[in-house]
Formats: sequence, structure tokens, C-alpha cells
Amino acid sequence: MKLRRDVFQAIADPTRRTIITLVALQAMTPTAIAENFDSSRQTISKHIQILTECEILEQEQKGREIYYQLNPKGMKEIAEFIDPFRKMWDDRFNRLEAVMKKHQSKK
Amino acid sequence: MEQKTKVNAEDGKQEILITREFELPLALLFKAYVEPEIVEQWMGTKVLKLESKKHGSYQFETTDTKGNKYGFNGVIHEFKPNQKIIRTFEMENMPFGVQLEVLEFEELTEDSSKLQKKVIYESVSHRDENLKLPFVQGINIAHNRLQEITRKFKIATYDNDKEK
Repeated sequence: MKLRRDVFQAIADPTRRTIITLVALQAMTPTAIAENFDSSRQTISKHIQILTECEILEQEQKGREIYYQLNPKGMKEIAEFIDPFRKMWDDRFNRLEAVMKKHQSKK
Repeated sequence: MEQKTKVNAEDGKQEILITREFELPLALLFKAYVEPEIVEQWMGTKVLKLESKKHGSYQFETTDTKGNKYGFNGVIHEFKPNQKIIRTFEMENMPFGVQLEVLEFEELTEDSSKLQKKVIYESVSHRDENLKLPFVQGINIAHNRLQEITRKFKIATYDNDKEK
């Protein structure tokens, strides 16, 4: 089985979150991404590598340059991880509503 | 069916906001948080103690299908009937920290009301751990089911081998 990094650990880092926001606007080369940070080029490359391994970013070769852009698959996973939490509360509140409606009609 | 409950968890913040509108008069919605036997019904937990007053405390206990018991407790800091409850919440013997809950109850019409629950965690990572919990549990349940199926399969093949 392929060992994959934790998506949520990937987005827990503020630099990586900034990279996601930058790339969300337009596909960028690693050099263009690194220009937005004070950190070394290597540090930023490492962050990009982690985001790519987590399938949050994907590469696209355009001529001689490699561009990074958002990978819709990885982003979808992030958007949906909160769903089970929401569902848990929705189920609980639905139960509350049902219990109280019964309680109300008894009187 | 559309989910009526909204959860807002902003990136990098240590709080979440849960909002829900109920087809219930305000007084009935509030009662669901106060009466121990009603809390037991919708929360699916045993209420060991529930003192609905300022400086009161509460203790819940939930038993899972395997008979394992889980304790929850907290202290009530503010109690304004039909308006507001501020309380802490803690899962006993779990590394999820203590959270502060601010519950605001609001009347919309005679027959409808709104609950806004703001939960503040000790840190951003505590919040993210808590948010991920049902997600992780979901994965674990799926994983356990898979293990159960493979285990049965193994036993079945073992029995077949014995019969040979």
C-alpha cells in the first residue's frame, strides 16, 4: 500500500496554507511561489512537495517550466472531512426536535 | 435530505460555530437542555448529574455497544433561561482538552427557534482533532467492519481446511 501523508497535517502549516491560496488564483512555477516568502527556495520546495504528495497540488508541464495548480481531488477531500462532524450534530438535533415534538403533543 | 445544521470552522481558528433552526417554540428547545430525562433521550447518554444553574455542574456517561463506558463532564458558568448557557465540556481520559461552549437560544416565531453554539478549544490543533473525530471514527468503523469480514473469511477457510 502506498504510504500517503495526512492531508490535514498538510494544511495545518501556515506556509502551506498560503501556498494553497496563491496557487488557487493561478497556476504558478516553484520560483514564482517562492518569491512570496522570506524562506529559502529549498524550504518552499519541500512544502510544495508535501502538498503534491497529499494530492492537494498537481504539476503541469508547460514548455520548459513546471507549473503547480490545485488538484480538485485533494481539495474535495478537505472540504468533505468536516461533513461527518456536521452530520453527527444534524442527527443529534433532529433527535432533539423529534423528542420535543412528542413531548409537546403529550401535554 | 438537506442538513439543517450548519457548522462553520474557519481555517486556523480555535473555534467552531454550530447553528440550527428548530421547528419548536423557544421554551421547548431550551427545556431539551435542562431536563435530565430529555437530555438522555436525544443525546443518547446517561445523565448522572445536571445542575442547571450558575456554578452548577454536570456529568454524563455513555456506554458503547461493547459495554465500554465514557465519561463527560463540565461546569456551568452562566445560566439564563430561554436565552443563554455558558459551560465547559470535557471528555474524561481523552487527550481532547477542555472546551468552552456558549449556547445562545433565540425565538424566531411562536413555533420556531434558533440555537447558536460556539465552541472554543484550547488550541487550533485541539479544535482540528475534535472536528476530525467523527471523520476518523467513521474510517475506524469501516476498518473494523473490514477486519470482521476478513476474520470470518479466515475462520471459514480454516474450517474448510480441517474438514479436508
